[in-house]
Amino acid sequence: MNRHSIIAITLTLLPGMLAGQLLDPKKLLEKPTDTWPTYNGDYSGRRHSSLTQINASNVHALSTAWVNRYGSGPGISIKSTPLMVNGVLYFTAPNHVWAADAHTGRELWHYQYPANTGSTIGNRGVGIYGNWLFFESPDSHLVSLDARTGKERWKVEIADPKLDYTSTVAPMIIGNHVVLGIGGDHIDNPGFVQSRDPETGALQWKWYTTPRKGEPGIETWPDEYASAHGTGQAWIPGSYDPELNLYYVGTGNPNPVMADQSRKGDNLYTCSIVALNPDTGKMVWYYQVSPHDTHDWDASVPLILIDGEYNGKPRKMIAQASRNGYYFLLDRATGEHLVTEPYIDTLNWAKNLNAKGQPVYDPAKTPKPDGVLVSPASNGATNWPAQTFDPATGLLFVGTNRSYSMYYLTDSDDHPEGWAGLDTQAGSDGAALLALNYKTGKPVWKHEWPNGGGPSHMLSTDGRLLFTSNGTNFIAFAPATGKILWHTGLTGPVTAGPITYTLEGKQYLVLASADTLYSFTINEPVK
Amino acid sequence: MERISCHYPVAAALLLAVGAPLAGQLPPKPGPDATSLPSTPGTKATITGSPAAIAASKQDPAAVARGGPLFVAKCGGCHGATAKGTNRAPDLVRSLLMLNDEKGLLVGPVIRNGRPDKGMPKVDLTEDQISDIVAWLHVQTYAADHRGTYLFLDALTGDAKKGESYFNGAGGCNKCHSATGDLKGIGAKYDAHDLQGRWLQPRRAAGGRGGRGAAPAASASTVTVTLKSGQVLTGSLERLDDFNVALRDAAGDYHSFERNGDSPKVEVKDPLRAHVELLRKLTDTDIHNVTAYLETLK
Repeated sequence: MNRHSIIAITLTLLPGMLAGQLLDPKKLLEKPTDTWPTYNGDYSGRRHSSLTQINASNVHALSTAWVNRYGSGPGISIKSTPLMVNGVLYFTAPNHVWAADAHTGRELWHYQYPANTGSTIGNRGVGIYGNWLFFESPDSHLVSLDARTGKERWKVEIADPKLDYTSTVAPMIIGNHVVLGIGGDHIDNPGFVQSRDPETGALQWKWYTTPRKGEPGIETWPDEYASAHGTGQAWIPGSYDPELNLYYVGTGNPNPVMADQSRKGDNLYTCSIVALNPDTGKMVWYYQVSPHDTHDWDASVPLILIDGEYNGKPRKMIAQASRNGYYFLLDRATGEHLVTEPYIDTLNWAKNLNAKGQPVYDPAKTPKPDGVLVSPASNGATNWPAQTFDPATGLLFVGTNRSYSMYYLTDSDDHPEGWAGLDTQAGSDGAALLALNYKTGKPVWKHEWPNGGGPSHMLSTDGRLLFTSNGTNFIAFAPATGKILWHTGLTGPVTAGPITYTLEGKQYLVLASADTLYSFTINEPVK
Repeated sequence: MERISCHYPVAAALLLAVGAPLAGQLPPKPGPDATSLPSTPGTKATITGSPAAIAASKQDPAAVARGGPLFVAKCGGCHGATAKGTNRAPDLVRSLLMLNDEKGLLVGPVIRNGRPDKGMPKVDLTEDQISDIVAWLHVQTYAADHRGTYLFLDALTGDAKKGESYFNGAGGCNKCHSATGDLKGIGAKYDAHDLQGRWLQPRRAAGGRGGRGAAPAASASTVTVTLKSGQVLTGSLERLDDFNVALRDAAGDYHSFERNGDSPKVEVKDPLRAHVELLRKLTDTDIHNVTAYLETLK
């Protein structure tokens, strides 16, 4: 972090910051220890904690501190990574926000958004700025709450609810910007990332994920109409490098999703990793991981910042094990391509890699009326669940599935709309947890799940631990070797990224499973 | 969800109707809005308005059936036979007016009065006819937006003879299956798309964007567990993960064991594994040919 950016960030935060605010803004620039203040714990996307109190030597004694359920009635699924600030957990399900005491799980308040017709597919959580919480409602509003009381401060429309957007994204706070994407590709919506003022909700900037007339990239669409309706939603939070002042976000698939007759070309900037200036919303560089996607393989998957050596030189890099089955490593200052490597061996949709390392799609594998067999399925070789990077081993951990689908074109019109196709799963060759060498993308070890599995949420710590799950088992691995060190059974699958933090010096690990939060710690013998 | 047939008579009727007004149509003039559609969609139109879309969008099927041909005749010249727009007039399927409309409160007046400022003439229609057109338009909007209502197109494109050769040769399907035994009459039970999904993955769960319910497991996996004591148990597999294996033996008794690495020894036999192995070998042509062959087994 250079001094200039610290000063710049601190200054931009100052006007809204008063004494007694819950989240000291500097916390967002530190490694999380006694807090988990943003979706990925910090800006790096690594989901790695420097805490060591729970470690490989004592993890066998990891046991329950508390378990609590939230909400009532069926259908509550906490897909949000909880934030923990000043001893309070903040987490969401669609239309719901909760605050709970991190010591006990006791509910402090529950905010319920009014009934609406928006999609309730998921909500990835809140962002916190001082005393204010921010979350997206299913009907495409950004809602701000007072974190102390759960009382609504204001709400603003962030997209036209009638266009059937799927608003699920956890807002990310960068300086005095509430940065958020949006989801939804049911109809041919424009896609965008926007920034809002944390005090008023006013729009600061809006970056369209597809170019408009006269803008660079428009030549990758047949016409302006196709581009403007080309979607490319960034539906999970990205990562941020404070030194470079770049916000990195992955964009989603183009529309119409499975029909390409009206959108020949690469379809920039869909299925891309893009670097935006968070103060202006201007794109600084991009790298498209799936040019001309027809399989729903969003690049809206975790983006992990890695500071390390590459080809003998220290380098600031960004990595993504993408939904299309390829691992990508880029220079994050410039977007320069470094590595492309398939991480599942069933991929059959690309002919080769081009000079920029991009997979070149095979037209024979675009959806057809009578079906084409493609690996992976539309859910991808991986998906949005949290991946993690462990600096000690230099390994990136990702949950993967060697799945296949038959992809069918259902709309052969010259001007298809919506999905215009469907895929029907045709089976899977298996699912594995992979430990990838960040420099090559090649697995150093893998754990083949005996049953089920696929993209699962990950957390790693300096306690030489990797946490993830398979079915209803929550499991700790040794990151260096893949040896299983501990496990416990839950009432259901893990539905959000696990987090860890200390309270009064004691380390806890918290995870969500449907409507339930579990807290684990090392319980010492009574003396 | 309702199973959709690929041969939807109303869609076919509309397709026929679409042909007529378009046949003699002049090339469209450039529209006033340069961002409007670049070409004349609808020339290879498919009407996406399945019974599922009609039902789910809560429109009156009779009104929809009347509204489609009326739209094509009265509005299709400018808006395209599928309402997706041309250079002359905008796409209505995803227009904000349609997305905000309820029961024609917004769209009705536009049809009734036209938009003289934008060059849209008044259309000579009765109130009932306007209401029918609005019903049909709402189905188009709903259908594009809801992939669960999509109709599959024709999946029966393969060569049955070649499919039979593959079945008995390279595919090795005849090692477990017989056209006159377990597969007798299978072509009469399922349409081509459904059959294709079922033979590729008989145990498929309701997965993928077009997954429509699971077939019951044709045959369960069996497991043999060898304990440290040397005792061997065999039965149908009930659960397997890194920490537990459970089975039900031939007598109907349930057995569950903790797993710790390689102990006890666990051997699973999945009779459907051959289907997964095939996925790496099959070409799309093989798939379509085998489906065509199986469809002949009436």
